[in-house]
Amino acid sequence: MTDPFLIGDQMSGGYGSGPDILHDCTIAVDEGEIAVIVGPNGAGKSTAMKAVFGMLNVRQGAVRLFGEDITSLSPQDRVAKGMAFVPQTSNIFTSMTVEENLEMGAFLRRDDITGTMDQVYDLFPILHDKRRQPAGELSGGQRQQVAVGRALMTQPKVLMLDEPTAGVSPIVMDELFDRIIEVARTGISILMVEQNARQALEIADKGYVLVQGRNRYTDTGKALLADPDVRKSFLGG
Amino acid sequence: MMQLPVILCGLGVLICIAVVVLAERRKQIVLRDSAMFVIVACLILGTGFQESWNSALFILNFGLISAIMALGVNLQWGFAGLFNVGIMGFVALGGLAAVLISAEPTPGAWAAGGFQVLGALALGAATTTLAVILWKRMKPGRVRLGVLLTVLIGGFFLFRGIFDPAVSAIEAINPAQTGYLGGLNVFANEATRAGWMTVVAWPVGGLLAAGAAWIVGKTALGLRSDYLAIATLGIAEIIIAVMKNEDWLARGVKNVSGLPRPVPYEIDLQNNSDFVERAATIGLDPTTASTLFVKVAYGLLFAVVLVIFLLLAQWALKSPWGRMMRAIRDNEVAAEAMGKDVTARHLQVFVLGSAICGVAGAMMTTLDGQLTPGSYQPLRFTFLIWVMVIVGGSGNNLGAVLGGFIVWFLWVQVEPFGQFVMSVVTAGMADGSPIREHLLESAAHMRLLTMGVLMLLVLRFRPRGLIPER
Amino acid sequence: MDYINALVAFTNFVLVPGTAYGAQLALGALGVTLIYGILRFSNFAHGDTMAFGTMFVILITWAFQGAGISAGPVPTALLALPFGIALTGLFLIGTDRVVYRFYRKQRVKPVVMVMVSLGVMFIMNGLTRFIIGPDDQRFADGERFLITARNFREMTGLREGLAIKTTQGITVITAVIVVVLLFWFLNRTRTGKSMRAFSDNEDLALLSGINPERVVLYTWLIVAALATVAGTLYGLDKSFKPFTYFQLLLPIFAAAIVGGLGNPVGAIAGGFVIAFSEVTITYAFKKVATYVLPEALAPDGLAQLLSTDYKFAVSFALLIVVLMFKPTGLFKGQSV
Repeated sequence: MTDPFLIGDQMSGGYGSGPDILHDCTIAVDEGEIAVIVGPNGAGKSTAMKAVFGMLNVRQGAVRLFGEDITSLSPQDRVAKGMAFVPQTSNIFTSMTVEENLEMGAFLRRDDITGTMDQVYDLFPILHDKRRQPAGELSGGQRQQVAVGRALMTQPKVLMLDEPTAGVSPIVMDELFDRIIEVARTGISILMVEQNARQALEIADKGYVLVQGRNRYTDTGKALLADPDVRKSFLGG
Repeated sequence: MMQLPVILCGLGVLICIAVVVLAERRKQIVLRDSAMFVIVACLILGTGFQESWNSALFILNFGLISAIMALGVNLQWGFAGLFNVGIMGFVALGGLAAVLISAEPTPGAWAAGGFQVLGALALGAATTTLAVILWKRMKPGRVRLGVLLTVLIGGFFLFRGIFDPAVSAIEAINPAQTGYLGGLNVFANEATRAGWMTVVAWPVGGLLAAGAAWIVGKTALGLRSDYLAIATLGIAEIIIAVMKNEDWLARGVKNVSGLPRPVPYEIDLQNNSDFVERAATIGLDPTTASTLFVKVAYGLLFAVVLVIFLLLAQWALKSPWGRMMRAIRDNEVAAEAMGKDVTARHLQVFVLGSAICGVAGAMMTTLDGQLTPGSYQPLRFTFLIWVMVIVGGSGNNLGAVLGGFIVWFLWVQVEPFGQFVMSVVTAGMADGSPIREHLLESAAHMRLLTMGVLMLLVLRFRPRGLIPER
Repeated sequence: MDYINALVAFTNFVLVPGTAYGAQLALGALGVTLIYGILRFSNFAHGDTMAFGTMFVILITWAFQGAGISAGPVPTALLALPFGIALTGLFLIGTDRVVYRFYRKQRVKPVVMVMVSLGVMFIMNGLTRFIIGPDDQRFADGERFLITARNFREMTGLREGLAIKTTQGITVITAVIVVVLLFWFLNRTRTGKSMRAFSDNEDLALLSGINPERVVLYTWLIVAALATVAGTLYGLDKSFKPFTYFQLLLPIFAAAIVGGLGNPVGAIAGGFVIAFSEVTITYAFKKVATYVLPEALAPDGLAQLLSTDYKFAVSFALLIVVLMFKPTGLFKGQSV
């Protein structure tokens, strides 16, 4: 079997020299797919994603991007390799304008970025209207759009989102999910951690249910939604 | 020419350094710390043999005072993590107390305007209090602002109206000699100058510093650490400005000199045939013997104070109070969550530490026999003390004491040493060459450079100081 | 009552000196605020950095004067300024490499960095005294006045004179140029924006591929320029003495904090707030009052609110008042 596009393969590890939080955990996403990590609180969802992004000390297992072993690369180097990460909190430059936030996202690029910026504005039209406003003055949902937009400016191959809908209203959440699907259609793989498991699995090509740092269920989003065990334990019936 | 004892002292230093290194490796902490103090002893003894015993005792006495100041700062920084860069102000207040307590009252000054000045100051305090009360009691709005401004501005002019004439009256009394209120030493008369009053002044210096620290702490503690630092830096400059300007208080930059002292005067000793005889039996001429005697007497007094403070500080460190302080220092949020009143505890330790600095300041003014507000410089009285604490080991009382001695020794000895190095360096240059002149002249500034390098080296290679916190 | 003469007297003794001093403080506070925003510590060596940079400028000025190079009516020191900035920049970058970088890599607490800056302060202070000595140095040359009091009186026929020193004019013009350049750099260039981004959110800046070492390098260079310019302007306007520069630390920090630490606009505003308060409160208003008030009400004394020696008290009091009511400063500053 060929490797998926991005895979964190049987990773075990923890923060710094602390105890292991992940145990033989595998997370993968294919090109243009949406992969969602769900699970109860403290299951290691965010930790698993951070491990893929190199913010964790992975003691066993490996992370491979396009077949290349990137386990030892720093997060910054992974950005250069085409991975983009949207943290859950402090994910925008609050004192800078929306446009400057996007520019900073494209900091590593030396070519013309106006095209990418227009794409982001097409995706999130509201940002175009507010492009001269400091990002810190925007509403929660708009901030998340800025955060995603900033990450897209590197023209990544994989976009990693840590609970993008945390703290936004249900309407905004639906809209964000729509946008995320749109992003995936342009060929960008998406790896996402979500609290709102049901909605997230509905748009997911692949779902990972983690419990205590281990894979519990792994299947397509639809299959997981249909699985009575998963429904009972994690989706509230 | 170097003599045998000097060489022995040098050897002693080298041996002790070796002992320190070995003990450190074997984790024999008591041995290591003792060896470090023996190094200090050897350095001071060496100075005695090489230069003169007067210089050695000078270093010892100021070293004792420095050690006390370092203990005070260590209480604030090492115990509680408070960043106080206003040490100079508290030290100066201690010095002021020495004048206020031990100087003789100026005849007629109190009658001329002393009480009026006190009245004016009380009025000032009352105005401020009233303003604070109004601020708290009244509803926010234009009315409150108006009333407050009226009270403050009116109070200010009323204060100046009462204060200014009283000050002129006091300063007019024999300005060349006194022109100030004088102290409270009513025990002085023709027969005695009541030198023991200077010792009374030491705790009063502590109280004065504590009072100032309480006001500073009330306003600035609870703010961020950087802000506390700037606030203390400011208050120290203000205290010095007050002491330089308010001539009625302690003669300002005209200085108060000839303060009484708790130990005998050299001249009296030299006139005492008994003393001269005893000096002769150990082979000393009367002049040297008297100066040494005075310095030793001071040294003993200071040592007693240092030991008391050290014991108290050690006891505090090991007490539940000390443990709580360090818990707060290491994790303020957690301590607060456990129900500790962090700001109140900080205020406590800030006041205590500043009081210790005040006591040391009073002792220093006593040793100098004069108060010279112009000589208080932050590099010498604030930042040098910080070097002592950092080098000695913050959080460890013995470390602070050691740092006080070692850094003071270097502060004094770097200058002659720098001179020596420069004269060697410039030996090859022609006499009167401008570069040579400049280098020889500038050697004095080597000490600041040395302190900086020392501090950076310690922070880099031994960040917890020579004697780290246990 | 003579409002025009009163206004002229006020301008002459409060407005003009206050503006010049405010500009100098603003430049100093900008340096402090940049270091705080990007390197995230209060740099106690800043006053001595100003002294250090000014020392280079003075030495080069002397060399120019010795070689007969002059700038005509403006002080020769302006010609020496770029060289002074370059040397100071080299020194600061060297200090960063040898001293600060080690602690930055360890991600130590800010207060440790402050301690380290105390050590650097000692070294810079010692070096300055070692090289140029602790005494007063005057190095202003060229035309002394833009307008002399006498010319002004002759021109306007007023009783009060208005004098503007060349150094005051140069201070304001230079400060405006420097500030415009700085804000253009921070708001319009890629590197400048990356510095702001780094100051705003360090982790996200790293995720965006911003190289922290480069940001730090540029920060020190800009700080060198700001400190040297501020120090030179202050020295031209008044005089150069290492200890005075060390003492400037207090009003400069007060300005930066009053404006909001880490906020460049705040630093400028803070500089002027502190400067004008200081000058106003320590100015003897007798002259102004005699013009405005009827004779019967004319003050007997100097009508001075506080003696000049209490200028530190003004910075301090303002600092405390602002902190009590607006803990992050007039303009929103950051808190580490």
